[in-house]
Amino acid sequence: MTTPVIANIIEAEQGTSLWQDAWLRLSRNRLALFGLAVLVLFILIATLTPWIAPYSYTQHNLDLGATPPSAAHWLGTDIFGRDMLTQIMYGGRISLAVGFIATAVALLIGITWGAIAGYAGGRVDAVMMRMVDIIYALPFMIFIVLLMVVFGRNMLLLFLAIGAVEWLTMARIMRSQVQSLRQQEFVEAAISLGLSPATIVRRHLIPNALGPIIVYTTLTIPSVMLLEAFLSFLGLGVQPPQTSWGLLISFGAESMEEYPWLLLYPGIAMTLTLFSLNFLGDGLRDALDVRGAKD
Amino acid sequence: MLTVENLGISFVTRMGTNKAVDGISFTVEAGKITAIIGESGSGKSVACYSLLGLIPQPPGRIDSGRALFEGQDLLQLTEAQLRETRGRDIAMVFQDPMTCLNPYMTVGNQLMEPLRYHKKVSKAQARERALELLEEVGIRDPASTIDNYPHQFSGGMRQRVMIAMALINEPKLLIADEPTTALDVTIQAQILELLAALQKKRNIGILFISHDLAVVADIADTIVVMQEGKIVETGNRDDIFRHAQQPYTQKLLRAIPTGGKSEVLPKSETLLSIRNLSTWFRQGKTHVKAVDDVSFEIRRGEVLGLVGESGSGKSTIGRSILRLVPITSGEVIFDGTDITALAARELKNMRSRLQIIFQDPFASLNPRMTVFDTLAEPLLLHGLDNRSTVGASVLRLMDDVGLARSFVRKYPHEFSGGQRQRIAIGRALATRPEFVVADEPVSALDVTIQAQILDLMRELGKEYSLTILFISHDLAVVRKLADRIVVLQKGKIVEQARTSELFEQPQQPYTRQLLQSIPGRALRANAT
Repeated sequence: MTTPVIANIIEAEQGTSLWQDAWLRLSRNRLALFGLAVLVLFILIATLTPWIAPYSYTQHNLDLGATPPSAAHWLGTDIFGRDMLTQIMYGGRISLAVGFIATAVALLIGITWGAIAGYAGGRVDAVMMRMVDIIYALPFMIFIVLLMVVFGRNMLLLFLAIGAVEWLTMARIMRSQVQSLRQQEFVEAAISLGLSPATIVRRHLIPNALGPIIVYTTLTIPSVMLLEAFLSFLGLGVQPPQTSWGLLISFGAESMEEYPWLLLYPGIAMTLTLFSLNFLGDGLRDALDVRGAKD
Repeated sequence: MLTVENLGISFVTRMGTNKAVDGISFTVEAGKITAIIGESGSGKSVACYSLLGLIPQPPGRIDSGRALFEGQDLLQLTEAQLRETRGRDIAMVFQDPMTCLNPYMTVGNQLMEPLRYHKKVSKAQARERALELLEEVGIRDPASTIDNYPHQFSGGMRQRVMIAMALINEPKLLIADEPTTALDVTIQAQILELLAALQKKRNIGILFISHDLAVVADIADTIVVMQEGKIVETGNRDDIFRHAQQPYTQKLLRAIPTGGKSEVLPKSETLLSIRNLSTWFRQGKTHVKAVDDVSFEIRRGEVLGLVGESGSGKSTIGRSILRLVPITSGEVIFDGTDITALAARELKNMRSRLQIIFQDPFASLNPRMTVFDTLAEPLLLHGLDNRSTVGASVLRLMDDVGLARSFVRKYPHEFSGGQRQRIAIGRALATRPEFVVADEPVSALDVTIQAQILDLMRELGKEYSLTILFISHDLAVVRKLADRIVVLQKGKIVEQARTSELFEQPQQPYTRQLLQSIPGRALRANAT
């Protein structure tokens, strides 16, 4: 709710919301801040890649072949003489996009689904959650492989397919959160004020349930990125000429004895991102712990 | 027997050092009951727990002092020596009998454990001793119940088991931490009686920790009053009750609800009438009849007290009236309209006329909304204000419930329990309702705060010309506010009468039992 300005009291003290409180705690956690900084840097680089990449994405030099890192090519070149730094930057665009967009899809479906099931309860809840159970029970690797085989490989489908698998856990977390919150008296108070169920869910339940969801999100992004890498590695995900970290790692692995830098640098980029997300996730979990936040 | 001198304890946290106990001294004599009284945060429990080494260090830290028990300084004992002392010389009874017994062990085995740990006795001897004690603490037919699990006992019975467990090694000192706070009034009276009787019979010393002066009024010999880590006043019971010296003690005494209000029985029309209301909850294949065919009426401007012990269905009635729980059958007629038959849209309009105040001020406010958002929500929802006028209305509400205007942008976790309850009251009154259900609105608050909130409710009741259904387990509190009282037991109405009539001439045995269980009889005898 946007609060109108209260003009006639100047001395109103600004309270600290639980979010601000959580941010204070997070900012004391160096490892989490480091993770956050790395992520911001990588996202910035990924966004600006077309302008700041040292070489064009399509530029290759077959005569040059694979060369180790040098002044002209900081991270070396691959067997087609393409600049590795450029490759990694463009690969990062895809990997990060898959990670964030697929997770956003999962969040959107999961939060809505879980909140409705948890608030409605009873038969609605039972039906909705049984559907989740059924999808859970499908071997999801085969599910994605099937999707890729039937509809052909395209990026959008990859986002959707991964998101469609990851939302299940989100929905479960959201549902259990909402279920316990709805027993709280402030929800009963909201009902007796005459608020509609949609408003109660939106204004009173979801903001209070977001803590665990945010933490889980930071853990979902790396798992989605790994999934993409795995699919690309199998040749089911991103396909050339597009590239991703997973694909680069896959190519690098093929020639890791002769040209170790082809595996090493994409590997470092991927690992650094995953570590950062995990540090941030841990930090957020501590920062958002409501029991600690009260004192 | 126990002499505590200059005891100081602090807690070291990231936010700084917090002095929980600040140089207190007191003694506990053999064969006497010493009560430590204080509100939450006064350090009373911390002080007593430190005697048995039950304060985790860190964050706790004992800064100073001695605690001499039979010539030994308890604070200097090693962990091994402490284990020897705990349970054998000094035993404890905790507040919550639900969580202090291991649910996977039979009561008998739990009783025998401390005995077998401290003394070399055979299993058969231990069992015999356990049976004797269960008998002594008033467990009926111990021979057949000793092998039962804790969940098969009621709350009061569990507390008796806890007491038996504490006594099994014949301790010289018993520390009882709010042993009756989690219990119903009638059970509380029984447990207090039991403790007093055991203390006389065995001539042990009891250190009784409580937040409630009335509870200890009947049993304590010496009373120690604590506030913010310091001792305010120490004296024998009669001195404290007759001529307390310190203003804080006097304030505590005044906060004990005594006497009633002058009843004005309005001749006005019936505002709310409940006819044959039943609310059942499904439990497996059967039903729990939480409310079972209850009928009563409330007149406009009246305060009706709804009194009963836990499980009497009093809260369910309140929630049924507001349609917060689905009812099974019956009618709730408010100003000529049957609320139970309203469709969603009509119900929404009706809701601005009926409101509720809850017991737990920590659960009844959305932690992510500021005072402003909380109070503005009902005003905007029911179209009583628009965005430009709502600010002034919120501030007026804050004035009414006694909250400083400068708090308007603060969040619930930045307030104390009493202040939070004021916010909750403000929210309930925002739509200017005619009828308010107050569901144990002061039970979670400290006594002095309790008195303030009751006063506030009385004032606001007049100012807003409210009709109130006041639900409480505490007859003394209800008496302060209610014109008429309905007594409930197991979902049925036992008796209803005007407040003064009910207190002077209770008709039903259950009502009489409830009245006799109100703690602080000695106190009231003094007052009159």
